[in-house]
Amino acid sequence: MSKRNLAFYDTTIGKKAVMAVSGLILIGFIIGHMLGNLQIFMGADKLNAYAHLLHSMQGPLWGARLVIIAALIAHFWSAISLTLRNRAARPVQYQRKADLATTYAAKTMIFGGIILALFIVFHLAHLTLGEIGEFDPANVYANVVAGFQVQWIAGFYILAQAALALHLYHGAWSFLQTLGANHAKYNHLRKAFSIALALAVAVGNISIPVAVLSGFLK
Amino acid sequence: MKITLHVWRQSDAKDKGHFEKYVHPNVSPDSSFLEMLDEVNEDLLSQNKEPIAFDNDCREGICGACGMVINGAPHGPQRLTTTCQLHMRKFKDGDEVWIEPWRAKAFPVIRDLIVDRGAMDRIIEAGGYISINTQNAQDANALPIPKPVADKAMDAATCIGCGACVAACPNAAAMLFTSAKVSHLGLLPQGQPERARRVGNMVAQMEAEGFGGCTNHGDCAEACPKGIGLEFIARMNRDFFGAMLKSPDHIPARWKRR
Ligand code: HEM
Ligand code: FES
Repeated sequence: MSKRNLAFYDTTIGKKAVMAVSGLILIGFIIGHMLGNLQIFMGADKLNAYAHLLHSMQGPLWGARLVIIAALIAHFWSAISLTLRNRAARPVQYQRKADLATTYAAKTMIFGGIILALFIVFHLAHLTLGEIGEFDPANVYANVVAGFQVQWIAGFYILAQAALALHLYHGAWSFLQTLGANHAKYNHLRKAFSIALALAVAVGNISIPVAVLSGFLK
Repeated sequence: MKITLHVWRQSDAKDKGHFEKYVHPNVSPDSSFLEMLDEVNEDLLSQNKEPIAFDNDCREGICGACGMVINGAPHGPQRLTTTCQLHMRKFKDGDEVWIEPWRAKAFPVIRDLIVDRGAMDRIIEAGGYISINTQNAQDANALPIPKPVADKAMDAATCIGCGACVAACPNAAAMLFTSAKVSHLGLLPQGQPERARRVGNMVAQMEAEGFGGCTNHGDCAEACPKGIGLEFIARMNRDFFGAMLKSPDHIPARWKRR
């Protein structure tokens, strides 16, 4: 890294910009991932064929994985470093503190993020590596259905998606501001976009464990 | 009306500090918040006790000296209003009122409710200037500035440097203040020669002072007695990215922690 990049990343603005860009990459991934997964409602063959297609393209698959892993590391690293810096900036807390504009989502970004980090580890162990329960690498559909028939696993997935929705409700609004896009004429669209994205991701992803739990998918 | 105050008392930067309770039995709703504190202080003086130290100067909302956090809100419950312009009619008989100083590592408490806002002066010092030739002022009409640009620069220039944005921010960030100072010069033609260096240096100083960073909570803009908006922070970020891309000369020259 050049000296200039180091100076940039030394600033809270630089770190926040890294969060915004990596967050945007993760949003892109999460949308694609959800659309892919929703094929489960089109039957076992469809989903398994899709999984097979992805695995047949090892080059692009690993290319995408590397980008996502890099984005996750950059995002996580900056999140921790910014949070520590922000905590240190107010050593003595207020006795009374009114929330003037902030939201529950904005105040819990780091906690939601940590839930997401734990979820990502669990999710990879569960459905990519197959370390939790019975697992057939060739039958993604069966792995998903068998996994979500276990109530606590389905429950954890649902909780994590709720945390993701909250994270996106603030994050999708916030990254544009961080990157400098704030215009009185379009700001209401930013809010609408973040609500729509958070809802779409939550409803889309949660529909799968709910469909399994209710017996709709078996 | 009767008002019960819980006031932060701290004899100097080293003292741990504590809340002290005072009851003012007869507050006029027409008095200002600072006049109410003056009366409490007169009472304390008559009992030979140390009066509550608070900063103030103009008492007309323009100097920015009178900041204190009142029931969790910088400058109290009324929007777009400094503490000195806040009236006791905004409170009810029997109210309990908690008064604390601005809380930030970069704003050490000097005494009671007075903090040292020198960090803000040093941010201005780092870039709040333009280079012009002295001698005769040039003809104003020779420098046309579109009205919307002039208005925006003026909006930024209304910042009185009170520090309410830092006090309100959950991260004790000085982004709204710094962005106002970066923008009010950066928007105008006179501010162009130093534009990239200005934002680099002011941001670097802001970081070096130990303020937190922006996580887009928006409490700062809500607390600002002059109504300066988050758009200025977005604007400063754009300027900062631009400066960083432009030339390594804009590496923050003052990047050192105090
Ligand atoms: C790996 C665990 C994660 C952690 C620890 C984490 C933590 C954080 C934190 C602390 C922030 C800044 C909070 C703020 O600005 O108030 C943030 C912002 C953000 N996060 Fe995450 N996050 C994680 C995962 C994700 C994922 C999976 C996504 C996307 C789907 C995401 C998208 C975003 C976005 C878009 C922002 C806004 C960036 C900005 O305001 O500039 N994060 N995250
Ligand atoms: S005393 Fe000057 S702004 Fe309040």
